[in-house]
Amino acid sequence: MNEISQRRVISVIVINESSVLSRITDLFSARGYNIESLTVAPIPESKYSRLTIVTSGSLRVSEQITKQLHKLIPILKVIEHEDIVEKEMALVKFSLDEDISAIDTLAQAYNGKIVNVGDNSVIAMVADESKRVGNFLKAIQKYNPKEIVRSGAVALER
Amino acid sequence: MQISGAQMVIEALIKEGVDTVFGYPGGAIMNVYDEIYKQDGFEHILTRHEQAAIHAAEGYSKISGKVGVAMITSGPGFTNAVTGLADAYMDSVPLVVISGQVPMTLIGTDAFQEIDSVGISRSCTKHNYLVTDAADLPRILKEAFYIANSGRPGPVHVDIPKDVTAQIAEFDYDFEVELETYKPTTKGNYRQIKKAVDAIANASRPLFYLGGGIINSNASDEIRELVKLTGIPAVETFMARGVLGHENPLLISMLGMHGSYAANMAMSETDLVIGIGARFDDRVTGKLSEFAKNAGVIHVDIDPASISKLVKANYPIVGDVKSVVNDMTTIAREKVDKQRYEPWLETIANFERLHPLSYNEDTPNLKPQWVIEKVGEMLGDNANISTDVGQHQMWTAQFYPFSRPRQFSSSGGLGTMGFGFPSAIGVKKADKERVSINFTGDGSILMNIQELMTSVEKKLPVINIILNNNYLGMVRQWQTLFYNKRHSETDLSTQPDFVKLAESFGGVGYVVRTKKEFEDALNDAIKKDVVALIDVKIERLENVMPMVPAGGSLFNMMLENKGDK
Repeated sequence: MNEISQRRVISVIVINESSVLSRITDLFSARGYNIESLTVAPIPESKYSRLTIVTSGSLRVSEQITKQLHKLIPILKVIEHEDIVEKEMALVKFSLDEDISAIDTLAQAYNGKIVNVGDNSVIAMVADESKRVGNFLKAIQKYNPKEIVRSGAVALER
Repeated sequence: MQISGAQMVIEALIKEGVDTVFGYPGGAIMNVYDEIYKQDGFEHILTRHEQAAIHAAEGYSKISGKVGVAMITSGPGFTNAVTGLADAYMDSVPLVVISGQVPMTLIGTDAFQEIDSVGISRSCTKHNYLVTDAADLPRILKEAFYIANSGRPGPVHVDIPKDVTAQIAEFDYDFEVELETYKPTTKGNYRQIKKAVDAIANASRPLFYLGGGIINSNASDEIRELVKLTGIPAVETFMARGVLGHENPLLISMLGMHGSYAANMAMSETDLVIGIGARFDDRVTGKLSEFAKNAGVIHVDIDPASISKLVKANYPIVGDVKSVVNDMTTIAREKVDKQRYEPWLETIANFERLHPLSYNEDTPNLKPQWVIEKVGEMLGDNANISTDVGQHQMWTAQFYPFSRPRQFSSSGGLGTMGFGFPSAIGVKKADKERVSINFTGDGSILMNIQELMTSVEKKLPVINIILNNNYLGMVRQWQTLFYNKRHSETDLSTQPDFVKLAESFGGVGYVVRTKKEFEDALNDAIKKDVVALIDVKIERLENVMPMVPAGGSLFNMMLENKGDK
């Protein structure tokens, strides 16, 4: 039971100072933990930043990750989420020759829309659960996306 | 007051009560060394290699219980010191290591003697700092000492660019460290402790598993009291040698890969492991799935990450050993009946009778175990012991009669050859009344042999007892046992003349082949009170036994010392 590997979302509140991000990523690589995605941005009007890390591992491994993160001096809090609202954003660039209205309709189904129209390309944006973002990216394959960028997940406890 | 960054370093060290700094100067740290020249608040010990400076600071710290301090320059000075930092990190030794860095204006330009020091030390220190403004120095230095010596101790590295050491800023050291993000738990959860003691009272075959954290917490007296009160037998890890003292009737011995048969069997048969300040290292547990298979586990440690990392704890207690053990003792007074464990003690006595720690004097050559026992007999408590790494280290842990904590300084977690000699210099600096012995091998001693000069110059005599088998002995042993006697690159028969080597530095040297010669040499070296190399020619093919092969179960030990014969 303890050894079943599954996807886990961890939020980390850290002092916003130089090299704090490398302390965290070094810890993951040194101990052989896996990072699926990582986002980081300052928390408004504070000296802290918030990271959202998506990782995978057994319960035992994820407990170790949490404890080892806690040991880093500039880390204030490590929150291992169970009941969360999770969102991720993706931007996708298409050629103007594709069926733009179909793409727009599709994007809207995933909380998105066309956000930019250029001389020969458009950019669609979606913001949804990571799994649904994955579904969207599968669905738009037939419109020959030229470039795709995913933001990585951000999460808040309910 | 307004002073330079370099002056701040000196002032802070003095205010921290530092009396000794081990180090080696160089370009980027020169401003600080200029201030060292002008001050008389502490003594600077010039080692002959940066790695040795760190190991000396470790030895000093392990014996004195204080934070060890070392100072080095940028680039190669720093990279030479990395092994020492890693060693201190693995063994939880509190150090503050200050390195010079190229000026801020040159950082990132591949300047002369520039290397990303904090990038390198990040993974082998408890914490590190790159100081970018002299105004931050008082806070950073105070935090460095606080972090090094609180919670689970460890090395803290402070990297200071040369222009920051020249910069003038306000120095005020009269404040309390306030770290919002670092507050180690010291007091254990009382209800959890109570549950743990209940489990002890209900167990039939409980076993104390004592680790180096007890020494870090200065809790040996408290542990001795708890062990005596409960009448429960105990095993010590390598790092905990001296906690109970060799005369303690409830101490079985060291456990693990080269632990005694009785210690390992006790761990295999126990129904309740009482782990205190120990971290279930692989050299202790052997095969994890077979380790203390039928036992519940109490685990007391100040580092939450050590608990349930390798062995699931049924009673996890995060806290300072001293505080938790005091609570345990109070509760145990009412709940624990020591008569309950008498059958268990009888079982252990049987294990001890069956295969005691022993060796055969079946060859004309000196046996290393005899040499160690002899030193114990001649000096006992009047010596502090360092070792290098290898066979001699395990024999020392098995056969030296350690009687108190902080008597032993060795490289446990990292296994750093070359640790022993500089460590013994730091040990001598911390305790000048006692003889500083370094048990070493013919491989290890050459890894920091240049420290003969430090020892002579600073009049910090160390007696290096080289258990010389003309082999890189531990590797040779594994080759014999597991590689069909293919002794690849482990024959060290080409050797220096250790007598002349010692003499050329101003020390004394001896070659020893018999028991009489050994006693005479040791007595003479103690009397002469200068650095000594005693080259003891021992039985070449002696193995460290008993032994749990890597990955094997503790109860499956190789017991006989067949050597290569």
